[in-house]
Amino acid sequence: MGARDQHGSGAPWGDDFRAVGKSLRKIEGLSKATGEAVYADDIVLPGMLHAKTLRSPHAHARIVSIDASKALALEGVHAVITGADLPTKYGVIPWTKDENALAVDKVRFIGDEVAAVAAVDEDTANAAVRLIEVEYEELYSYFEPEESLERHEPAIHEKNKHGNVSKHVELDFGDVDAAFASADVVLEDDFVFHGSTHAAIEPHCAVARTSADGLVTLWSSTQITHYVQREVSRVLGIPQSRLRVIQPVLGGAFGGKSDPFSLEFVVSKLALITGRPVKMLWTREEVFYAHRGRHPMNLRYKTGVTKDGQITGVDAKILIDGGSYSSFGLVTTYYSGQLLTGPYDFPSYRFNSTRVFTNKPPCGPKRGHGSVQPRFAFEIQLDELAEAIDMDPIELRRKNDIGESTKTVNGQRVTSNGFGRCLDEVERASEWKSRRGKLPMGAGLGVAGSMYISGTNYPIYPNDMPQAGIQLKVDRSGLVTAFTGGNDIGQGSSSVVRTILCEELGLDPLDVRVVAADTDLCPVDLGAYSSRVTFMVGNATIDACRKLRKLIVEAVAAKWEIDAKRVYLGTGEVFDTDERETKITTREAFEIAEAFHDTLGSTGAYNTPTLGGDYRGGSIGASPAYSFTAHVVEVDVDTETGMIDLKNVWVAHDCGRALNPMLVAGQMEGSAYMGIVEAVFENHRVNRFGLHSGPSLLDYPLATSVDTPELHALIVESIDPEGPYGGKEAGEGPLHPALPALSNAIFDAVGIRLRELPFTPGRVLAALREKAAADSQTGGTSC
Amino acid sequence: MLRLPKFNLVSPKSIDEVVQALADSKGRGRILAGGTDLLPNLKHEFIEADIVVSLGEVDELRGIEVSADGGLSIGPLTSLADIASNEHVLRIAPALAQAAGTVAGPQHRIMGTIGGNVMLDTRCQWINQSHFWRSSLGFCLKKDGTACHVVEGGSRCVAAASNDTAAALASLGASLDFQNAPTEHGDGKRTLEFEALFKADGAWNKKVTPTELLTRIHIPATPRGHRGGYVKLRLRGSIDFPLLGVASRLDLDEAGKIEHADLVVIALQARPTRVRKAAKLLIGTTPGQANYDTAVAQVMDAAYKQCTPLPNIPGDHEWRQEMVPVYVKRALAAALG
Ligand SMILES: Cc1cc2nc3c(=O)[nH]c(=O)nc-3n(C[C@H](O)[C@H](O)[C@H](O)COP(=O)(O)OP(=O)(O)OC[C@H]3O[C@@H](n4cnc5c(N)ncnc54)[C@H](O)[C@@H]3O)c2cc1C
Ligand code: SF4
Repeated sequence: MGARDQHGSGAPWGDDFRAVGKSLRKIEGLSKATGEAVYADDIVLPGMLHAKTLRSPHAHARIVSIDASKALALEGVHAVITGADLPTKYGVIPWTKDENALAVDKVRFIGDEVAAVAAVDEDTANAAVRLIEVEYEELYSYFEPEESLERHEPAIHEKNKHGNVSKHVELDFGDVDAAFASADVVLEDDFVFHGSTHAAIEPHCAVARTSADGLVTLWSSTQITHYVQREVSRVLGIPQSRLRVIQPVLGGAFGGKSDPFSLEFVVSKLALITGRPVKMLWTREEVFYAHRGRHPMNLRYKTGVTKDGQITGVDAKILIDGGSYSSFGLVTTYYSGQLLTGPYDFPSYRFNSTRVFTNKPPCGPKRGHGSVQPRFAFEIQLDELAEAIDMDPIELRRKNDIGESTKTVNGQRVTSNGFGRCLDEVERASEWKSRRGKLPMGAGLGVAGSMYISGTNYPIYPNDMPQAGIQLKVDRSGLVTAFTGGNDIGQGSSSVVRTILCEELGLDPLDVRVVAADTDLCPVDLGAYSSRVTFMVGNATIDACRKLRKLIVEAVAAKWEIDAKRVYLGTGEVFDTDERETKITTREAFEIAEAFHDTLGSTGAYNTPTLGGDYRGGSIGASPAYSFTAHVVEVDVDTETGMIDLKNVWVAHDCGRALNPMLVAGQMEGSAYMGIVEAVFENHRVNRFGLHSGPSLLDYPLATSVDTPELHALIVESIDPEGPYGGKEAGEGPLHPALPALSNAIFDAVGIRLRELPFTPGRVLAALREKAAADSQTGGTSC
Repeated sequence: MLRLPKFNLVSPKSIDEVVQALADSKGRGRILAGGTDLLPNLKHEFIEADIVVSLGEVDELRGIEVSADGGLSIGPLTSLADIASNEHVLRIAPALAQAAGTVAGPQHRIMGTIGGNVMLDTRCQWINQSHFWRSSLGFCLKKDGTACHVVEGGSRCVAAASNDTAAALASLGASLDFQNAPTEHGDGKRTLEFEALFKADGAWNKKVTPTELLTRIHIPATPRGHRGGYVKLRLRGSIDFPLLGVASRLDLDEAGKIEHADLVVIALQARPTRVRKAAKLLIGTTPGQANYDTAVAQVMDAAYKQCTPLPNIPGDHEWRQEMVPVYVKRALAAALG
């Protein structure tokens, strides 16, 4: 790590923080509340056309022919394009480019894009879509991942070297077999994690415009502007410098907008063909087809512990249902194994993960990418082990806490670690000691823990440039504008940038503007994924501020003819620390500096240090800092109906330093909600025809406010040595323990172990009945 | 967003103008009350209309009155929110108030009307979907197709009546006034007993045509000892349609003994299901006494045998069947408060 990337974790100027740690309202909060915020679909340009997509009604088929003549003949239709117009394959991961904006030769799931129409309005475009005639030759379809593992003809991706296997990873650390031999208890079980999707409130939308001199501007509801720019420019054959990608205000993403999507290529191409601006807004149904949600996984875990609760080894075998395309699947497959090695210290570990293709909507990254499913299985197994050795489940977790400044079994460097304190907090707040195991039949408490990355040092496409860049422009009015590639998707990244500028330069929040995610204006940031933004953009911002501050202080010192060390800048005023009455405003200091240096600005950047184990894949999941979480969930199970009433979730999360506690708490509550709701209400699946079982927000239920438990956010601050002021991530980590903690709470409530998601009432009732039958045979009591 | 197909919208001010506009539509018209069912169905294109007749300005279709016999006379355009909170409904027909209060979510209950709820189309996981979605499996019997995906080889649609208030209205012995445009044969008016409205065909589960206007809902007076309840099975505490709904009626004499009992189940098949025989087992028993508890157990058993949920609406239909006795028990408990 270059020295430029380390800034210390204390208050920069003086003893106390002035903006950091304050619950400042989000930078775009009021504009969203008043309706002033401009989302992609709010963009209306003169002469704008509307585009719609023809989708495949077959799960797996060869395209024999496409006849668009009737569609083209319809009045108001300006263009129809098919795969032949956009033949170049793309994909977010450079090694697995297997997608086409519109199908070339083949379709791979019901809903796959086949053709697109641009017309004067949406109704005309929709009517034209129905006039396109496509002849298909149906192929054998795969809906079960087990089958894709066995059968490779016909292959879903003919060019794939391993038939229907998308990625296979096997890694071994230490002697796992010996570890099991030395354990007092070894448990082995199967777990099933169903699919779930993001369901962000804003459906995907993109608008493209071309200029007379051939420049293309693309507005898109994306969380990865930079990768969209790379892929769209490559597929369309436009130099990156002539394609401007802008992310407008975004209505949520959660990982569901972190791939380049068909509509971005299609509107750009249609704009180039027609010379008119083109918009495409997906319906909710189309968002469900685009999916990229959480992968279903079948997981087998085997874990050994000693009598006194020391984990000796873990063995995992995972089958991952990838759906029809690769998306981030290579990373998912690694993450499914690589991210389990904390917060507990395992002396030995091995995993064997295989991702396969099926003819279903493609899976991808959803909040807690690749690691929520293994965490679910493992934390239930830990609970069972605690029971087997008659130890309190919190105690077992405490005993195996990996601690700080250490290395995991797979070679990941751990710096700060507040996991122990997270356990203390949920134990205290839930009154665990006096309530767990003692609540009336039907009510119970469960615990689980987790660890997650604050970005990784794997930059998706290998390069030596910074992972985050920022630029500051200083105006003589006193205004500072930050230009950041960081995508604010509602998580508050632009607000974090503002807080840092306020802290470092002593500015009022209203004297800071943040221009984000516009490739013409902003230095590259890799995007909002892997919980990297606060850590990386935050450090880049501090870097830029410190360079700028140096220039200003130098100019003021020269003017006052004093040593630069005596110039204080940090509270809206600038003074000589030896002679306090020599004092000017920040704005006046900017003027002095501008006069001294000429036009003022600075840039800042961040790059991770070299991290990760020295083996193939060792850098995937290697993060400059890990966050830690513990949950206690309280439930009430209705033993007559099998329905689960979610009462309370206590979420303790170690986010390093809470740069804005309100935003951190919001992420913690939102994460806990998202996780627990996945377990009880959601199930992203296809029916027996391979058709999405219900692509609407009525058929795919999300918890309403009356179904949501009380969420208690308990912030733990471990102060990371490399994070911005010691900060780490808070956006994804706090989701993980929700699902296993719920399963563990159900065990405490009614004595059943639920290892298969979702926890539908039918499944709960069946398990209760099984338990009653078993109890009556053994003469045991119910719970 | 899914687009709403184009149609002509007319907004008459009186019942007479409404029925005339509907007659003029030659069967291509549809009635719009709150629109919370009609508009999604139009968007999904399994209902088509050239003319949509909005009732919004027909004030004579609104209101809740106590009728001369002590029963209720309810205008079909009354919102579900009003039904759920009206003091007369709460007193005379508590099951109806409870049922109205569980329909959809709070915003729907402000827009949605009781008439629209009575006339709600049947629901099925294979039909309440977009045109594209339905086209990819070759549609189904209810619209544009030849097969049923619920009952393989079935020749009749078994989509489920899913209107919460129907169970309550049936248990209350309601009747319905309908009106067509007058012809030389008559004034176009008729009154149907509530249950006589329904037939066992999910494609169109009513004995009136879609262009016949419901003008009034009558509920006969209930005795002083009347108790009524409605409970609804659903995964979420709001918004969701019933996976099962049970309305109960218990009329007690002065001594607290059950004189009359009724149970109606909704969301099973195309018509509401009355489990009258089972309910009869309750007559003569007294809540709070052992004979009542014994009878309840028998009723639960009988209801379980009579009610067989189908995989028509989403959700695990085997679990729904298991919930029949549980919800029968809970409906009776809800009536007794
Ligand atoms: C998300 C969602 C959830 C829902 N959940 C439920 C639920 O849990 N339970 C439930 O019962 N319903 C539910 N509904 C359906 C609907 O909201 C209610 O049934 C509501 O009562 C319908 O009333 P409306 O006035 O909006 O009807 P409209 O949509 O206006 O009409 C419904 C039907 O009745 C006909 N109609 C309306 N008024 C008359 C009249 N006076 N005479 C003759 N025909 C008429 C219309 O032509 C149409 O066919 C839900 C709807 C949505 C969108
Ligand atoms: S019951 Fe059968 S015919 Fe009726 S809507 Fe459902 S699938 Fe279609």
